[in-house]
Amino acid sequence: MPRLTWQAAELVTSTPETGTARTLRLRVPGWRGHLAGQHVDVRLTAEDGYSTRRSYSLAGPADGEFLDLTVESVPDGEVSPYLTEIMRPGDQVEIRGPVGGWFVWRPGGDRPVLLVAGGSGIVPLMAMVRARRQAGSDTPFRLVYSVRGPDNVYYADELRRPDPGLDVSYLYTRSVPEGVSRPAGRVTQADLAEAGRPAALAPDCYVCGPTGFVETAADLLLALGHAPERIRTERFGPSGG
Amino acid sequence: MTQEHLDGNTLAGPLSEIFAVDVTTATGRCASCGMSGPIGALHVYGPDPGLVGRCPGCEEVVLRLVRGPGSAWLDLRGTISLKVHLPD
Amino acid sequence: MNVISRGFHGRRRDEGDRLPPGQYLVEDFPVLSAGPTPRVPLDRWEFAIDTEAGVTHRWSWPEFQALPQETPTVDIHCVTEWSKLDTSWEGVSLDVLFEDVDTDASYALVYSYGGYTTNLPLEDLLDGKAWIAHRFDGEELEPRHGGPARLIVPHLYFWKSAKWVRGIRLLDDDHPGFWETAGYHNYGDPWREQRYEGD
Repeated sequence: MPRLTWQAAELVTSTPETGTARTLRLRVPGWRGHLAGQHVDVRLTAEDGYSTRRSYSLAGPADGEFLDLTVESVPDGEVSPYLTEIMRPGDQVEIRGPVGGWFVWRPGGDRPVLLVAGGSGIVPLMAMVRARRQAGSDTPFRLVYSVRGPDNVYYADELRRPDPGLDVSYLYTRSVPEGVSRPAGRVTQADLAEAGRPAALAPDCYVCGPTGFVETAADLLLALGHAPERIRTERFGPSGG
Repeated sequence: MTQEHLDGNTLAGPLSEIFAVDVTTATGRCASCGMSGPIGALHVYGPDPGLVGRCPGCEEVVLRLVRGPGSAWLDLRGTISLKVHLPD
Repeated sequence: MNVISRGFHGRRRDEGDRLPPGQYLVEDFPVLSAGPTPRVPLDRWEFAIDTEAGVTHRWSWPEFQALPQETPTVDIHCVTEWSKLDTSWEGVSLDVLFEDVDTDASYALVYSYGGYTTNLPLEDLLDGKAWIAHRFDGEELEPRHGGPARLIVPHLYFWKSAKWVRGIRLLDDDHPGFWETAGYHNYGDPWREQRYEGD
């Protein structure tokens, strides 16, 4: 693996996921592929030379020279409003990556998998769901997705479609759709006991979301008896935008 | 109180500028308490003014990385050893 | 040469004679941290000055509160390029704390609860240039901004203004602190843009 350098990336399409999030499909000539769960650093440079960078998770497995990022527009942010509202197909950014070999899932393992997503933390976990489907893997997957309300669900249509061996459950924290009996609220131990997997099965657990969510969910998994070495976490920090 | 940090994964990009291997999958041993684990599991503070990786066991500093224009400074004083997986 | 992102402007870079080179203005108060936020109960808090001769001067919280207080309004400049104008603080001038301190030392190493350190010449702490502040904007200083008390040295980059300050060690020789040993400039004058080692 050579040391990484910045590569030019061109926006191909920009697709809304929710009222505030869009998936950007970028074309990066010479992209050497990536693993589900990895992220990239994105660098933007203004005409006067000012430049800044952010990290974003890849939303899908490798697809030739195309890669997908899902970006939540942060109010008053510096970078995300540009990526989601101003950038047009043909415009360019620079990409460095893929990076991160720790928070990744590789098809082929025989261990069941528990994915726990908080809000936009779904993005790298969706890459794992898609990588599993792309590989035709029969590894049992369970996804527990904590989200404010039904309007905030990313990849909603795709997650509704049947995918044998993948179970999805939603924990609504603010607004609950009709027909759902669980009251709105943050993730609890009972949620993870019910919708998760027994610790006795020793699943590989991947937890991703805002720092507070990850902290809580990882503590709950530990309390349920999951071994610390089976829990991998990815926190989205406060320095987004 | 521990809700301010990021995971060691966030070091992957910045360290990839320096090393040709993915250091976040390497196993580091903390010079303060002796605990060992993947760099990807460190508690990371930053990214500004610099990345500070702390041991998840004792919260002592294991690694510091500052990126300036044209240079990076890497301090591994808090690490006894780094075990890197390589092919034979 | 970076690729230009068409239509990207980034945050405002301001010009103005109160802004050092390369800085931009913020209205909020960003929080940067190198470790967990220490929580220091006031009944266990103390501030100390340790001289090069081995003498320690200590103040408990009530003793510190009983000292003459000042309310400086100053501009602060962070090495990460934000500046905040007219920040108002309340605290004790270092001149007051040094009144009975007998020293010939040239350097100070400031140390904090949580293990942070930063160094500067002793003269940069004296003559009305620095305070130990415990209130910001009329309120008690929040832990995330360095409460119960932090150093304020506004004429240097803000990493020198150590949060959760616990004491000052006076030294005959300079002893670089946490960021000063990791690539940041030893002195950190924002008007000379001394950000990194070698600037």
